[in-house]
Amino acid sequence: MSVQKDLFYAETHEWVKYLGGGRALVGVSDHAQEEMGDVAYINLCEAGEILTAGDSLGDIESIKAVSDIYCPVDGTVSKVNNELLDDPSLLNSDPYGSWLVELENVTENSELMDSGVYEAFISEN
Amino acid sequence: MSGLIFDKSKAGRRCAVIPSCDITGYSIPADYLRAEKAELPEVAEVDLVRHYTNLSRKAYGVDNGFYPLGSCTMKYNPKIDEDAAELRGFTDVHPLQPINTVQGCLEAMDMLAGFLCEITGMDALTLQPAAGAHGEFTALSLIKAYLTDRGETGRTKLIVPDSAHGTNPASAAMCGFTVVNIPSTPDGLVDIEALKSAVGDDTAALMLTNPNTVGKYDRNIETFAKTVHDAGGLLYYDGANLNAIMGIVRPGDMGFDAVHLNLHKTFATPHGGGGPGSGPVGCKARLAKYLPRPVVTKNDGTYSFETPEKSVGMVKSFYGNFLVCIKALAYIMTLGAEGIREASENAVLNANYLQESLRDSFDIPFDGPCMHEFVLSLERLKRETGVTASDIAKGLIDRGIHPPTMYFPLIVHEALMLEPTETESRETLDFAATALKDALQAAYSDPDSLHRAPVTTPVGRPDETAAVRNPILKA
Repeated sequence: MSVQKDLFYAETHEWVKYLGGGRALVGVSDHAQEEMGDVAYINLCEAGEILTAGDSLGDIESIKAVSDIYCPVDGTVSKVNNELLDDPSLLNSDPYGSWLVELENVTENSELMDSGVYEAFISEN
Repeated sequence: MSGLIFDKSKAGRRCAVIPSCDITGYSIPADYLRAEKAELPEVAEVDLVRHYTNLSRKAYGVDNGFYPLGSCTMKYNPKIDEDAAELRGFTDVHPLQPINTVQGCLEAMDMLAGFLCEITGMDALTLQPAAGAHGEFTALSLIKAYLTDRGETGRTKLIVPDSAHGTNPASAAMCGFTVVNIPSTPDGLVDIEALKSAVGDDTAALMLTNPNTVGKYDRNIETFAKTVHDAGGLLYYDGANLNAIMGIVRPGDMGFDAVHLNLHKTFATPHGGGGPGSGPVGCKARLAKYLPRPVVTKNDGTYSFETPEKSVGMVKSFYGNFLVCIKALAYIMTLGAEGIREASENAVLNANYLQESLRDSFDIPFDGPCMHEFVLSLERLKRETGVTASDIAKGLIDRGIHPPTMYFPLIVHEALMLEPTETESRETLDFAATALKDALQAAYSDPDSLHRAPVTTPVGRPDETAAVRNPILKA
């Protein structure tokens, strides 16, 4: 199980990567993909949707269960990762390379954890 | 595998030679005649019997052995119930024949509805829904009709705890409600503060299972009921776990307004391939006029079908799965009031016995006495050995028992949920505990044997992920 350094994490195991210029990528952590098991389907919201931190941006269906994915920051969806929708197994093999959505007009969320705090958070829970 | 019955078909083979039709002067209207042959399998009786007998030997059911599938109440189905359902007065009837010729059938439905109301503390009941989730949908439809009738259309939210059965939020969404999920306390119970902050003038109802899916009875239920009722909402009881409390406490007395039951769980009718199911819905008097039509009523000793004043309509054709209802009626009448209570007491006793037998070997996330089921967490095992709950479940097949429920409830990581039911003997529970401990040991000594399991079944371990990702739905 790995935690990537340059990302910020939510308690619900999503990561966000700030790209600058108010843009960011959102995905789920290695811990999350390991907990969910083999991913079968991913449903995502559409480009143009305006999300507030905590809003559902879609769900991931694994062989165990369907899990909601929550947006870790405020922002507007500018892109969804169609490559991932076509091959959801990428989420298991490369969780930090497999972003779900790209956001613009992002407001950074100071409540998110950095990699060190997140690592401690998952070992405690 | 032995192939399909269609693979054994040879043109011209027959089970029975039917005499040619000797009714004259009648022909089937052309609209109803097939243009093409039906392509039914043509086999001799002996081949037919061998085909299905051999298939049945590859299956595993509650008649074969222990089946502790949590929240599913896979109790033994007494054969006397089948005898009752085979009585010709119940089988040789047509749903459209004149009511005065099927008074016994209506009486049986009325009796069953009466018993179920008594057991749940409800005032009125429909036998129509075909299964549990269908019952949930029906009960929520009553709540929706009631709220709409009162002009309270702003009540659009259903509160569902995070330990709920997955059908709860699904039924709520089917019924057009928005789901508000509330977290559990560290003990696995409803968080009263979270409930208080979730209720409001947009609350339609709280959906609750009590005891809940981790096998705990929520003693604060009256406080929850008051909180929701004070806010103008209703309470819906998911009856999946009723087997823990029959004859001891009633959902109606806890404050619930509507309840669904699973006759195929709690009332011992066949379940899982052997159904069909049946999911009656009971309600308090204020919801009775919205019940699906028809309901059986009795006037001056005569039974008839009536349409409730503001019925939501029919939720299934005719009267539900009628013969399943007869089996449940036979079950209740065989046990009687004392026996029904004893069934629940023994279900709880058996679950506690098994939990205690496993306490020293397995992690129990919500410890303490349980009701009719309990949950183990194999998270530590997975970390230490790489063996998952799924691997252990499959290893249990090789050890002679059906796997428990896996990965549910969602609030427990690597969950196995066990519900032994009241019908199992102490010897069977000891056998199951030994099998579980043996599988646990194998996780440390020979983990690969569990990754490969099961090896004693006609089909080993299919690629479940491939099946979900690329389902082949049509040959």
